[in-house]
Parts: sequence; structure tokens; C-alpha cells
Amino acid sequence: MYQFSGKLKTFSIALMIIGAIGVGYSFFSAPKTIEDAKEIIANQHDNHGTSHAADTHGKTAAHSDAKSAHADDEHAEHVLHQLQNRPWAATYVALFFFLGITLLVLAFYASQRVAQAGWSIVLFRVMEAITANIVPLSILMFVFVMTSFGHLNHLFTWMGEGVFDPESPNYDAIVDGKKWWLNVPGWTIRSAVYLLGWCVYRYFARKFSIAEDTATDRKPYKKNYHASVIFLVFFMITESMMSWDWIMGLDPHWFSTLFGWYVLATLLVSALTVIAFVTIYLRSKGHLPFVNDSHIHDLAKFMFGFSVFWTYLWFAQFMLIWYADISEETVYFIARFNDYKLPFLSMVVMNFVFPVLLLINSDFKSKPWFVVIGGLVILAGHYIDVFIMVMPATVGDQWFFGIPEMSALLFFIGLFIFATFRSFAKAAPIPKGNPFLKESEHYHYYNIEHEGEDNHH
Amino acid sequence: MSNKVIHAFYNDDEVVLEATKKVKAANHHIEEIFCPFPVHGLDKAMGLAPTRIAIASFMYGVLGLCVAAWMTNYMMIQDWPQDIGGKPNFSWWLNMPAFVPILFELTVFFAAHLMVITFYMRSRIWPFKKAENPDPRTTDDHFLMEIPVHDNEEELTSLLKETGAVEINIVEKH
Repeated sequence: MYQFSGKLKTFSIALMIIGAIGVGYSFFSAPKTIEDAKEIIANQHDNHGTSHAADTHGKTAAHSDAKSAHADDEHAEHVLHQLQNRPWAATYVALFFFLGITLLVLAFYASQRVAQAGWSIVLFRVMEAITANIVPLSILMFVFVMTSFGHLNHLFTWMGEGVFDPESPNYDAIVDGKKWWLNVPGWTIRSAVYLLGWCVYRYFARKFSIAEDTATDRKPYKKNYHASVIFLVFFMITESMMSWDWIMGLDPHWFSTLFGWYVLATLLVSALTVIAFVTIYLRSKGHLPFVNDSHIHDLAKFMFGFSVFWTYLWFAQFMLIWYADISEETVYFIARFNDYKLPFLSMVVMNFVFPVLLLINSDFKSKPWFVVIGGLVILAGHYIDVFIMVMPATVGDQWFFGIPEMSALLFFIGLFIFATFRSFAKAAPIPKGNPFLKESEHYHYYNIEHEGEDNHH
Repeated sequence: MSNKVIHAFYNDDEVVLEATKKVKAANHHIEEIFCPFPVHGLDKAMGLAPTRIAIASFMYGVLGLCVAAWMTNYMMIQDWPQDIGGKPNFSWWLNMPAFVPILFELTVFFAAHLMVITFYMRSRIWPFKKAENPDPRTTDDHFLMEIPVHDNEEELTSLLKETGAVEINIVEKH
């Protein structure tokens, strides 16, 4: 049995505390009044030089040319809302990223169960351990959903006052047309259903998996198979829906028909990278005696393959909108090209060019340190991807990677380490009762030599 | 000088793979093994150098990418500039997103076709070529291991029998 060492536990708790303090600070230090916002704007103009200042003025002046003072107030109020959104958005990006990774590890695990795959059995306990995060992350996500429901945050503009009221100055006819889907009670109930459904599957999958270890028949194995089939159907529907509700809903006028797959691709490649990382770490500590280089090689193949898949969807979404050039659709990319050009374009290099060139060689895919280097860039790139999904609609040009973003990330990394390794310590590191265990132990991709820590069993 | 070879027949891929390892361990040179289907790991067991076709394929892909870039630029920008869907056609770079599918397809096209042609040339297979396999059963359900004989027929025969050969013939190779 693996022991969750005190050192690692302290480290993870320290990360959570530092992260929580940072998140608390960023909420506390967000501007409260329009005067604060004006002061910040004035400082930004001083720091950024005249060109930026002229640019923003140009934009606001265009709104109402004669009433300059009024325009300034309007602009300040706009910036105030963006700055107040920032700690929420920063936390939300990290929360969604980790929840999504955990969910996709769960879905990948279910797919291995349904396919009755042989190669991955020795990785099952690693995947199960990672999916232990689904419970705390679902709780936090539900808290976030309730704060949106209670109007404590204003990330979702369509939840604003009067949006559905034709008498109100805030009336938005386009959003009103989507009322059958985009309404606060429906959104909240759907969110709760997704989270609950995922947690229920994880509970039963883990229960049956542990029962397998001591079972004398194949009953728990079959139960897990059936549970996984049902979950995969549920997952395929809810994954798309949650990406509309939680991400696409941030830009309620805009829509993309392949958005669900796009979010899926970004989370799936990150999930496989995370499985590879935890596996490589645990193997290097000697806790996974049957994991050999072929298993690492397979995970790296998935990382490579889904990096290409992500690029395909990213480009398919971009090119169709670019080609059709309909302003309702291009507005999404204009916001990203105007204010997020560097992260938006460097993300393509990090998520496509780098992994493809690094992981195309078969020999490199079985070398843990190559996989780790490739994986770090992939994870950073897909964090940026989620960042760019959330930030333009919530904080606009007021974005920065500073204390709020960093602390949220640290908090969720700490939580991830704590939940994952605590769960890994609770069960045997190898699912002894799985009928395909032998196949997994002997798994050898014929084209590579095994040089890893331990494969002489 | 006589050019004798020994032909050992096997009827299972696992057996032929194990036999190859044993024959190599006894320091005999294996001229060729004829199989009805590819056997994973056989090339390594025979001591063949790793294939370099992946490197060739990568270079063909890069070549295809370059040809596609040149072709789109020549056709759509220089020779006969076309305005499709109001897109600017004065520079290749600004039209590039529209060319990505072409860049991709030609990369794949070049890599795949040239790789297959390279593989055929390296395997000495071309149109109207006469088959080299010495026994038609190797296209159906038998594996044939060919080992040159240097006055060691007895030794080789007993070794091959041990490895599970179902038939052993000594023939004159022309």
C-alpha cells in the first residue's frame, strides 16, 4: 500500500493555504466604487503611455462625442465591473480547468472499462485516484453556480437585471430569444444535474473497482461495465451542455456548433497529460511496479494524437467563421485578436507545434522526461485556452496573469495533489481482481526497448 | 562452389519468432524469412537494422508542405489572383487560413504516396517482378526460414528440428 507522505501532504496544504490567501486578497483588493476604478484607469494610462490612453479614449469618445464627462463615467463603470469580475473569473478559470480535467479522466477511465481495454489496467488506480477530485471540485463548482444564481458575481451578463424584460433599458432581444434554454432556474438545475451525475458514477465505479480486488466472481467487473456504459452516454450529452452553459454562456450572443467538442478536446488532452504525470511520479517512487515504458508510450501517443485533434477543432472553428465573415460570429475572434493576441496565438504553438515536433518520434514517447517536458507545455497551453475562453467576456482588456490567477491555480494544484494521493493511498495500487491484469502487466509495444524503473516482474 | 540453402517451414508466427531467436543465438546467419503476414518483432529478432522509413516519411511530408505553399501562392496570388468571398488576395499570408486544408492534404499525400513507393523500391518490388518466395505455401499458412549452408547440414537440421520446424529441405539456390 502506498502511504501519503507527510511531506507531500504538508506541501499540498501549504499550496492550498497560499492559494486561498491570494484569492481572498484579490477579492478584498478589487475596486469597490467608481472612484477606485477611475484611479486605476488613471494609473494605467500613466504606465502604459499615451498610445493606449488615446486608444481607449478614442473608443469611448465614439459612443457619445459631445458628453465627454458622461462617457468617462460610463467607461469607468465598465472598467469597474471588469475589475470586480477579475477575481471571480480568475478563480473560475482554474476551477473549470481542474474540474474538466478530472471529468475527462473519469470519462477516459469509463471508456477503458467499456472497451474492456487490456493495456491500461495497471493505470486504473491512478485514474481512480485523480477522479477523487470530482467531489471537492463539484462542491466548489456548485458554490460558484449558487453565487451566480444569487447575483453575487456578474460573469454571466445574460443573468443581469432586465435582460428579459422588454420595458427595461437592459432588454436584450437576442438573449430573450434563447430564453427557453438560457434562464437562471434551468441553468442552475442543469448544473446541479451534471455535477451530481458525475459524482454518482465516480462513487459506484470506485466502489465496484475495490470490490473487484476481493471478489470471487466477475460480478463487480460486470457492474462496472454497465455503469460505465450508462455514464458515457450521460457524459457525452452533459459535456456538450456544460460547455454551452458554463463557457459559451459567457458570450450569450455568440454560438459555435462544435464548441462542445472543442472544450472536450482541450480537456481530454490535459486529462491524459495529468494521468501521465501522476503515473510517472508514482512510478519513479516505486509504487507502480507493473507500469513499464510501453504504458508511458501509450499515454504519450494519446497526448500527441489529441493535441492534433484539438488543433483540428480549433482551426475548424476559426476557419469557418473567418471565411463566412458574419459579424455575429467574428465578434468572438475580434475580441481575442484585439486584446489577447499574444496568448491566443502562442497557445497554438504550445498546443500544436511543440507537442507534434517533440512527441512525433516513437523513441521519445517512452522517455519520461520527454513526456514531462511536452506535458508541461501542453498543460500551460490548455490553461491559456480556458483562460481565453473565459476572460474576454468577463474582464475584457483588463486581463493580466497576476496574483488572482496565480493564487487560484496554486489553490487547485494543492487540492489536486491532496485529493489524488490521499485517494491513491486508500486502495491497492494494482487492481488485483481485474481479469485483464496479466495482459496489462505484459504489455509491450514491440517497437521500443523497455528501460524504465521496473519491469522485471 | 555449390550455393546450398536450407529451407525450414513453420506453421505458427509465435514458433517462427522463437525459432529465429534460437537460430541467432547459435550464431547462424538467416538469409530471409518469408511470411504470409507481418510478424511483430521478427525484424528485431533477425538482427535487421531499424527501419528509417519514418524519417523519410517526415521529409516527404515537409516536401509536400513546401509544394503546397508554392502551389497555392503561384495559382491564387501570382498567376491568376482570385477574389473569393471578398478575401484579400494580395498576399499569401493573409489568405493562408483558406490554404490550410490544401497544405494539410498535400503534406499527407506526399508523405503517404512517396513512403509507399520508397517501401516498394527498398523491398525490390516493381511491376512485372517475378515473386522471390521459394514456396507458394508462404503466401498461405506457412513461414519459411532460409539459411545458407556451409558444410553444416547435420547441425543446422537438428537445430531447426528442435525449434519446431514442420518440414526441412536442402535446396540448390540459383
